[in-house]
Amino acid sequence: MEISALVDFLQNYDGPKIRLMEVCGSHTHAIAKHGIRDLLSANIELLSGPGCPVCVTPTAYIDKLIEICLRENTTVATFGDLLRVPGSKESLNEAKGRGGRVAMVYSPMDVLGLAKENPDMNYVFAAVGFETTAPVYTLLLDQVQAMGLENVQVLTALKTMPGAISYLCENGAQIDGFIAPGHVCAITGADYFAGLAEKYQIPFAVSGFGDRELVIAIYGLAQMVINKEHVVKNYYTSVVDSGQNDIVVSQFNKYYEKADVAWRGMGIIPGSGLVLKDEFKKYDAGSIGLDQDNKRNKACRCGEILMGKCKPSDCPLFGKVCTPMHPEGACMVSEEGSCFNAYR
Amino acid sequence: MDKIIMEHGSGGRATGELIRDIFESQFNSDVLSEMEDAAVVPGSGTIAMTTDSFVVTPLEFPGGDIGRLCICGTVNDLCMRGAVPKYITCGFILEEGADVALLRRLVKSMAETAEEAGVKIVAGDTKVIEGNGGIYINTAGVGFIPDGVDIKAKNATVGDAIIVSGNVGDHHATVLSQRMGIKNNIKSDNAPLQDMVGNLVKAKMPVHVLRDVTRGGLGTVLKELALSSNTCFEIEQDKLPVDPQVESFCGLLGLDPLYMGNEGKMVAIVPEECANECVDIIKSSKYGQDACIIGYVNEPGDDSEKGSLILKTRIGGRRFIDILQGEGLPRIC
Repeated sequence: MEISALVDFLQNYDGPKIRLMEVCGSHTHAIAKHGIRDLLSANIELLSGPGCPVCVTPTAYIDKLIEICLRENTTVATFGDLLRVPGSKESLNEAKGRGGRVAMVYSPMDVLGLAKENPDMNYVFAAVGFETTAPVYTLLLDQVQAMGLENVQVLTALKTMPGAISYLCENGAQIDGFIAPGHVCAITGADYFAGLAEKYQIPFAVSGFGDRELVIAIYGLAQMVINKEHVVKNYYTSVVDSGQNDIVVSQFNKYYEKADVAWRGMGIIPGSGLVLKDEFKKYDAGSIGLDQDNKRNKACRCGEILMGKCKPSDCPLFGKVCTPMHPEGACMVSEEGSCFNAYR
Repeated sequence: MDKIIMEHGSGGRATGELIRDIFESQFNSDVLSEMEDAAVVPGSGTIAMTTDSFVVTPLEFPGGDIGRLCICGTVNDLCMRGAVPKYITCGFILEEGADVALLRRLVKSMAETAEEAGVKIVAGDTKVIEGNGGIYINTAGVGFIPDGVDIKAKNATVGDAIIVSGNVGDHHATVLSQRMGIKNNIKSDNAPLQDMVGNLVKAKMPVHVLRDVTRGGLGTVLKELALSSNTCFEIEQDKLPVDPQVESFCGLLGLDPLYMGNEGKMVAIVPEECANECVDIIKSSKYGQDACIIGYVNEPGDDSEKGSLILKTRIGGRRFIDILQGEGLPRIC
């Protein structure tokens, strides 16, 4: 079938309403970037789930980073996407403005050079992410040990996808099908989601991030919903295999163990996080127990939006008090956030 | 004299030597050499003035350096109002420890770029501060606007064509590659645009708006112009000129060329009937060979489209583009 025939189908679909959810921030971003929503009939709804790592991180984590960056001889190193995320009182950028030390880097490996050049400065890397980013931090720790650096630690907020998807399925999110996260599947293999598909009787379509790839996966997912096929189909075969990436899994097993961690709006989900194993605890800057989520504005509906229970436009703050320039919640800050992408 | 020391900012003998040896010898300007407290220069008519500060790291990069950049930035700001740039002033803030051989290269680059741009450096200042060898430059410029030229942001009119003078994102990608130690052949596009703009003005093209595409990138610049004129800009993704190497670089790092800065590209908004002629003039000017029409200024369909920038995506969707949020990449100019 030609792509245009798939687009025709999606545009003219008039059957029962289908609710699909993407659970990957890069998908949220790509769907907005390619204008994919514009190509779907009103009866196919695309919801943005808890796929943006910054958006699902509770405020206690940001508050901890702020506390660290204000310590003597300590610098927090982070990707740019965390800088403007509001903690319970302020963001890292605001803390930086009153003397906090925050270095924006493009790769965790940049910390190695900084730490080597400045042996009197302690560096704490803000290690936020899912299955996709978690492996990079293990490489950082490999190098820290190989170089004998004593002044590098990480503050982790690492999460894995299956726990969140179970939570959504068990707590009334009313999703008909999931666009499975392409990058996560590159690490875990597509079969990672097979157990969930069977348990919750719901289809998964593994998708890439290009315009055509997304259209193909959404078409495939809609067909599975219509035909009641509750399986995982892989539409990203250029990158994703059915089985896991063994190198990454051995790195995971070396450094991480499962933990109960808090997701913004969903609370603590058992076994849904990764923390450093005991033998690597000296590299942990205090990641355990950062579960509190004290939103700056109580009216913010980030949690329900992440669960697909309401759309960004249903939030009373959206586009009025809360804009990308003055974000109240993380979903409005991150390029992968559902509110940021819904705002225009 | 290998490194700048605090004494170079004393105002005494060391300052004098630094000025004579490095600045005056390169800038070769009769007005500057008078060493008066203020430059007195001839000119009359409507004056355009601007100022800009430059803090880029690294100081030298493929395709340019902070010296070339600080002339181009100010020259281009003047050009965007249709002015003919004439005079430039420069203020240096040097951190102690700054490398003198490097400073000499940067000043030479400034002098060469000023000559290329047809501007005279007429006044300057140097301060030395404690620090770690950094070099920062402020330039201010004066230009004269020819009679009948009226180019400003709110002039964009429904029916106008939107032209971009070449590939977007090159400078940003260059600086980022250097900082990340990524080897590629991407070069900064930093260049003075007085030839391009001068040719449009000389040909009496009724140009409505000119804007250089610097920090924030094409997306930010066009959105701001759409807001100024309260119209609806529509551009086509397929028509955006992006160097393939820059495009792959952005793809790898998750960057969007629409938000990547340039230092030698401009947007021209002109009546549709003379759009092709304007493109031909830009293409035949220095640094304009890749110019093309990327979209049009339209009547807003409803209130939500007033002041909006819409990108028609390759697959036929529509994406509303907002101004850049957050930092993008700090210190690219």
